[in-house]
Amino acid sequence: MHDKTLVQLARALDAGEFSSRELTQHLLGRIDRLDGELNSFITVTFDQALAAADAADAIRAKGNAGPLTGLPLALKDIFCTRGVKTSCGSKMLDSFVSPYDATVVEKLRAAGTVSLGKTNMDEFAMGSSNENSHYGPVHNPWDLTAVPGGSSGGSAAAVAAGLVPAAMGTDTGGSIRQPAAFCGITGLKPTYGRVSRYGMIAYASSLDQAGPMARTAEDCALLLSAIAGHDLRDSTFVARGVPDYSGELTAPLSGLKIGLPREYFGDGLDPAVEKATREAIAVFESLGASVREVSLPHTHYAIPAYYVIAPAEASSNLSRFDGVRFGHRCDNPADLIDLYKRSRAEGFGDEVKRRILIGTHTLSEGFFDAYYKKAQQVRRLIRQDFLDAFEEVDVLMGPASPTPAFDLGANKDPVSMYLQDIYTIAVNLAGIPGISVPAGFVGDRPVGLQILGSHFTEARLLNVAHQFQQATDWHRRRPAFAEENA
Amino acid sequence: MQWETVIGLEVHVQLATRSKIFSGASTAFGAEPNSQACAVDLGLPGVLPVLNEAAVAMAVQFGLAIHADIPEVSVFDRKNYFYPDLPKGYQTSQMYHPIVGAGEVEITLDDGSTKRIRVHHAHLEEDAGKSLHEDFHGMTGVDLNRAGTPLLEIVSEPDLRSAKEAAAYLKAIHSIVTYLGISDGNMAEGSMRCDVNVSVRPRGQEAYGTRAEIKNVNSFRFVERAIAFEVERQVELIEDGGKVVQETRLFDPDRDETRSMRTKEEANDYRYFPCPDLLPVVLDQAYVDHLRSNLPELPAEKRARFEHELGLSAYDASVLSATREMADFFEEAKNVCGDAKQAANWVQGELSGALNRESLPITHSPVSARQLGELIARVMDDTINGKAAKQVFQALWNGQGARADDIIEAQGLKQVTDSGAIEAMIDQVIEESPAQVAQYRDAEPDKRGKMIGYFVGQVMKASRGTANPQQVNQLLKEKLDALC
Repeated sequence: MHDKTLVQLARALDAGEFSSRELTQHLLGRIDRLDGELNSFITVTFDQALAAADAADAIRAKGNAGPLTGLPLALKDIFCTRGVKTSCGSKMLDSFVSPYDATVVEKLRAAGTVSLGKTNMDEFAMGSSNENSHYGPVHNPWDLTAVPGGSSGGSAAAVAAGLVPAAMGTDTGGSIRQPAAFCGITGLKPTYGRVSRYGMIAYASSLDQAGPMARTAEDCALLLSAIAGHDLRDSTFVARGVPDYSGELTAPLSGLKIGLPREYFGDGLDPAVEKATREAIAVFESLGASVREVSLPHTHYAIPAYYVIAPAEASSNLSRFDGVRFGHRCDNPADLIDLYKRSRAEGFGDEVKRRILIGTHTLSEGFFDAYYKKAQQVRRLIRQDFLDAFEEVDVLMGPASPTPAFDLGANKDPVSMYLQDIYTIAVNLAGIPGISVPAGFVGDRPVGLQILGSHFTEARLLNVAHQFQQATDWHRRRPAFAEENA
Repeated sequence: MQWETVIGLEVHVQLATRSKIFSGASTAFGAEPNSQACAVDLGLPGVLPVLNEAAVAMAVQFGLAIHADIPEVSVFDRKNYFYPDLPKGYQTSQMYHPIVGAGEVEITLDDGSTKRIRVHHAHLEEDAGKSLHEDFHGMTGVDLNRAGTPLLEIVSEPDLRSAKEAAAYLKAIHSIVTYLGISDGNMAEGSMRCDVNVSVRPRGQEAYGTRAEIKNVNSFRFVERAIAFEVERQVELIEDGGKVVQETRLFDPDRDETRSMRTKEEANDYRYFPCPDLLPVVLDQAYVDHLRSNLPELPAEKRARFEHELGLSAYDASVLSATREMADFFEEAKNVCGDAKQAANWVQGELSGALNRESLPITHSPVSARQLGELIARVMDDTINGKAAKQVFQALWNGQGARADDIIEAQGLKQVTDSGAIEAMIDQVIEESPAQVAQYRDAEPDKRGKMIGYFVGQVMKASRGTANPQQVNQLLKEKLDALC
């Protein structure tokens, strides 16, 4: 059961091979047995999951099942879920039980999915390795000594290990695509504004975007259809019809023009990752696509611009965690300032504090023009690079990450850690969609191929990824950890 | 040395939207603490703001009323600071691209002259909550009902030169926003409050002196008092060889003084930046034109019309146009009775007197404009005399009848103009007053005029005030003179 994709599970449920309750119990059992080693969940909602499964079974019995009815999944702990602890990976919110559902959660609930719980993540989504969680690091199921990637590492590891067939993640600078690559699964970051941010705890508001993480592009299409669409509660949400993502998967790729950004194949790229990436691209050529080199000349400004804009927004977004209304409050504060200082000092981890300080500095009087304004100008140039490239080609391809998953604790320098997101960050600055698909291995660690498209071309990206997955079987490989524990 | 005072005002006007500027929670005043704060107002993790279109429309209406530029694009910024009643740790405001650009407001001074005060800009922002210190021993309570209430902050140029001008400016703003119906202007409930920037400079000097900002002054009177105190303080300070420091001060109405809150060195760095959760507000011309075409008549226009079209005196026109409620009341009474001058007299006389005695606003008048108009109409068509009219007014005030006509009927106040009936009453009075008649007869003819008053009084009394006084006078004179 745990080996199947969402589409396969839906078929099995339809055929009556097992019920949603049986499926849910089976996966809860696996979580119970295996997650001690992975640490991919912060909260497992046993009772709610079984109740939701029963409700789904009842709907199916009446013949009213939709494409997702009764299918289990997990939610990154950044999504507010009514009545469930929503910690965002932080001690600050260890005691926070959300009184409301995020729009994404609401939509998935309405579609009849069964949430098994909340997955582990870098605190407030700040990180590329999932080592910044208050609840401890997540282990990569392909190699328990490796990181799963961040910040949606819990979601990625849970899917890769067969604890859930799919999970929701969020991507601010690569946090869906990079862990998907490290864990050998498929992860889609939609266009900014495609999926409502309401109820998603904000890290950097102008960059954050929720998206699906699953085994296949086909499953991602199914989930995106459920979570995309109208929401009046998010002003940056773009009111735009939701295409039939699943319906366009099978379009042939002949004539597809692929661009390879020169800047994504330069210094710092692990040769083994490059080899896997180029081999994957060759598969597309065999499917009728043409490939040419393109340039995104402002790529090397992406990381500096991101590390101005994202912390600036974060420093403001995280101000509400002040110990006054919810979340962690220090014991016996002497006065108001002491309350703020100690609550925040105790509640936030080092990486969060580091980014708050950077953001506070760059927004300060006298520095705003030099940093924030300049970074916004750079951001426009980066966006223009992509728009120019998409005049020439349909999609861009390259590695999702310069290296495969690295060892837990191996990358101690924050700046070198920030470079992990070198191929993913510009995409968030430009607001375009991107998908990472399994495309090979370096040793026993997976490599992800990143495919980028212009704004609102998710259907095309899913189509391209799906055709690749029809021609390859990287996405069918399972880590030994999952197979041994089958 | 002669000193000149330079004043600029930042007026915060609470907009009369039904829901908050970025959420659907109600803005009604006086609810139980924290009962009108939704997840968005509480700043719960993950919530997002959605701009209330009504607040935008109100801000633009204000801009149009002060003949301001309305920029096509305005942007919301975050003003970051920590305070327990500021739930998100920032206030959403407009720093760099406000919704209303430069405009001007005309003020009327005591001598009747007018002066134009330039408005630098007006911007939209959300209000914070309220910290409650009473009833919490050694602790502070926070009420977030007010958090997210829409405010329009109207920033003047430093064009005001006296406390009186500042108060007149505040009144002019009050009048405009209440005319537009975009605020209830209730200063006691905090719907309008202002920060006052005051500096002094030697008369003739061009450069401004160092200013002090007095925060949160919430009445016309306090604005005058705070400025008067502050000017005196600054002048004394300088004349004693001291220096005014740039600082934020607080006006204490109980002690009638301003006190230092914080100096410039202690001031916050607000780290403004564009709010990434809200898109820029883009106003198309058709939208602005639509609002423009629906603007109500504003105080200055109304005053001019009262004076020139209705023929009221400048004083009456200015009193009756001071508030929209007063003007509306007057105009309805006028339309019902058909006479502007009579309506003006009654509204400013009998009605205002009664309202003042009971400290009632005109909106709570027990006598409606229609009732008053009908009453005036009955005086004008001679159905009742002036004395009876006052009785009818009192009866309407006391709720003893719904319409003037009913009261006139019920209390038999209809003026008696039947000369036969009046003659009969006169004959009766003459018959019952032999001594007075004798006195009258014996008096010199030129003294008799004064003595007739007694008989008039008696006849009016006999008619219970309903006899037409002119007729009574006329007939009495004839009859008495016939006896001489």
